[in-house]
Amino acid sequence: MPQWYWKNVKMNMMKKITACTLENSKITVDGNLIFESESNTFPEFAKEAYKNLELNYPKFHKMDSLSKLAFLAAEMILKDGDHSRTALVLANKSSSLDTDFKYQESINSQENYFPSPAVFVYTLPNICVGEISIKHKMQTENAFFVLDEFDENFLNNYSEQLLRSGKADKVLCGWVELFQENYKAFVYLLTL
Amino acid sequence: MENLKTELKHKIIEVLNLEDVSVEEIKDTDPLFGGGLGLDSIDALELIVLLDKDYGIKLADPKKGKEIFQSIDIMAQFIENNRTK
Repeated sequence: MPQWYWKNVKMNMMKKITACTLENSKITVDGNLIFESESNTFPEFAKEAYKNLELNYPKFHKMDSLSKLAFLAAEMILKDGDHSRTALVLANKSSSLDTDFKYQESINSQENYFPSPAVFVYTLPNICVGEISIKHKMQTENAFFVLDEFDENFLNNYSEQLLRSGKADKVLCGWVELFQENYKAFVYLLTL
Repeated sequence: MENLKTELKHKIIEVLNLEDVSVEEIKDTDPLFGGGLGLDSIDALELIVLLDKDYGIKLADPKKGKEIFQSIDIMAQFIENNRTK
């Protein structure tokens, strides 16, 4: 059999349990609309979603927008069940550029030079993975990739290796892109 | 002094993004750290920036924050004694 055949057979053995999409002020889980808002900006939308979904996690308000996006999407999938053996594999295109710019603004001027420690800690894209891990007390494998575009094969292959190595029973996998007014999250839970 | 305490509470809520906390909930003698506000070490650094930016007080030693940020009462007294703006 050609190699591609076995690759497809292996991929078919992985199961996508549930998926969440977050874009255009809407949250959907497995195609079902969970929350919708009239708000025009992501910060407003995130705040409304947090309240409406009764997430009750005050640290959410301290997060940068990328972490809020990843957190909201992940929360829709991880809110129930034990995730002590769930790994995290996320990716995006703009890395933490949205927050990097905000931090840059705070150090642009010599006369008004007040770098914010609270903003600085979010000037890495994988911090959002850490926020999800803290919330769910996960001490599992995690990775964050910066890619030109959403590459499901790449992410699934990486996730599959984690699953087959026995390092995780499930992998929360997906795309969490945010820069200025544009945002989209598409995350899903994979298992063998 | 009472005005300064109220001003501090407003600033702390704003700067530390304590969305679910109201000014009335922060008592003057309540511990700012290790209490109900759930503040962490990054918040302590952010308060040091607040002292510098809004009151012109530069803390050379971040460890000193532990004494100053014990409560609103102590923080307000420290600002009153050391402010340059």
